[in-house]
Amino acid sequence: MDKILFLISAFLLVWGLRLQSDPASASKGNKLAAVGMLIAIFSAVIMPLENSFSNLMWIVGPLSLSALLGYLIAKNIKMTSMPQMVSIFNGLGGLSAVLLSFAEVNKWISFPDSYQIIVVIVLILSLFIGSVAFTGSLLAFAKLDGYRWSEKLTLPFQHVVNIVFLSLIIGFSYYFITTPVISFLYIIIILSFLYGIFFVAPIGGADMPVVISLLNSFTGITAALTGIIFGNIVMLLGGILVGAAGTILTVLMCNAMNRSLLNVIIGGFSSSGSSKENKEQGQVNEISDSDFAVQLFYSNKVIIIPGYGLAVAQAQKLCKEIQEALEANDVEVKYAIHPVAGRMPGHMNVLLAEADVDYSKLIELDQANGEFKTTDVAVIIGANDVVNPDAIDDSSSPLYGMPILKVWESTATVVLKRSMSAGYAGVQNPLFFKKNNKMYFGDAKESLQRLSSELKNL
Amino acid sequence: MNETLNFLIEYEILIYLLLFTILLGFEVISKVPSVLHTPLMSGANAISGIVILGAIILIRTTESDNYLTLIIAGIALFVGSINVFGGFFVTNRMLEMFNKKKKS
Repeated sequence: MDKILFLISAFLLVWGLRLQSDPASASKGNKLAAVGMLIAIFSAVIMPLENSFSNLMWIVGPLSLSALLGYLIAKNIKMTSMPQMVSIFNGLGGLSAVLLSFAEVNKWISFPDSYQIIVVIVLILSLFIGSVAFTGSLLAFAKLDGYRWSEKLTLPFQHVVNIVFLSLIIGFSYYFITTPVISFLYIIIILSFLYGIFFVAPIGGADMPVVISLLNSFTGITAALTGIIFGNIVMLLGGILVGAAGTILTVLMCNAMNRSLLNVIIGGFSSSGSSKENKEQGQVNEISDSDFAVQLFYSNKVIIIPGYGLAVAQAQKLCKEIQEALEANDVEVKYAIHPVAGRMPGHMNVLLAEADVDYSKLIELDQANGEFKTTDVAVIIGANDVVNPDAIDDSSSPLYGMPILKVWESTATVVLKRSMSAGYAGVQNPLFFKKNNKMYFGDAKESLQRLSSELKNL
Repeated sequence: MNETLNFLIEYEILIYLLLFTILLGFEVISKVPSVLHTPLMSGANAISGIVILGAIILIRTTESDNYLTLIIAGIALFVGSINVFGGFFVTNRMLEMFNKKKKS
């Protein structure tokens, strides 16, 4: 019975993930995968086991508590915090794998003869990867949430330190396997936790989505390793599926930014030369509320480029209001979505969807770049690096080579921004100093509010 | 060396499965529009919480008075299933937004 159920759940997990790669069926895919997971949990609870004890309360208790908690978190979390949410969840998954491997290894210390050495090696491997996923995800969360120490932290001789840590972990693992003393195990865990931090620390905040995706595949791999130990095929299958999918997703994201995975991990944005900062920057022009409103109102075509600033300010509904006000005056309004706008690919799509923006109004990078020439005003709301002309013009820029939105090809551009501070990549944006560009300073929500009321007065 | 060989023989089917599932995982995800990256990441993340099956099995095979193991496995189950439930709910919420739009 349980075998059939496991088979069904394995099928549902694979099929669900498959459906999730197409927008039309994604929602159904997620539900199928969820059902698959429930069936798997149920079968794990009922499957016959040798030497089983009735510890049902120990299972039902944590399960129901976390189901409730998970539901509440998922229901109340703001859409803007989605990337952080995923990274926290992923960290918890990693922690779960760590605890599990720890408990198993602990058993091995008490009954050394009941396990093969290779099983212990796999367990320690799972312990290590899980730990890295755990602390790495927590640090990624902190960086995304913009904590004070979110800047890149590069230790001197970072790579040497990493290698030393790895060697220490391997060394201690070897000692531990030959002489199973629990304190060695603690040392391995602590070293692995630290390694996770060092792994993520030098990576810039803008690259966090890539890191989370990578750590996600790590968690998948630990799940698979644990699956081998427990001889559970669904665990193995689900884990590897996530491991492989996470890896591919990571690569896809890197491609969207025109960077290699290695480049991201080493911290590619670290090369911003100091000469850049001192470059002649010229004058920026501000635009007044009424001028901005009039300019938009009498345009034929406006393209809005949303970025993380829009997300933080929660201004997506106002954005939609302005879109409607303009459309009422026969202005064509579109949204150009850069693949890495926001802090996660697809982040902007989710946000605008929340504000009921029509899907057909969202255009992707290539199409948008074809349309800027015929656009009267390009309105950049809280985006910066994705519209930086240096990516094309300046080979010394850390952004060089990243595909960007060529907003400056439109007749005029207006940038909504809180200040002149640099974007996530930490470089100044020459777009702001272009002649046909105007700045409209302020928090995206307040700015759009001002603009919206100005438009109503026209 | 012998150990490794024994391991390979003992887990032969699992290792085959491992190889094919890696290929399957690559194949399933290879062509995803960037719109779906966030929900997909979140959905895949929920699936990685499958590790809780191990926690369940461990709890079931632990003597009822071995509190240390029970507590560790209980916590593992707890945090792991937050990942599972939270992940699926949150993914669902994201994807529902795409759906809502299509209907209107």
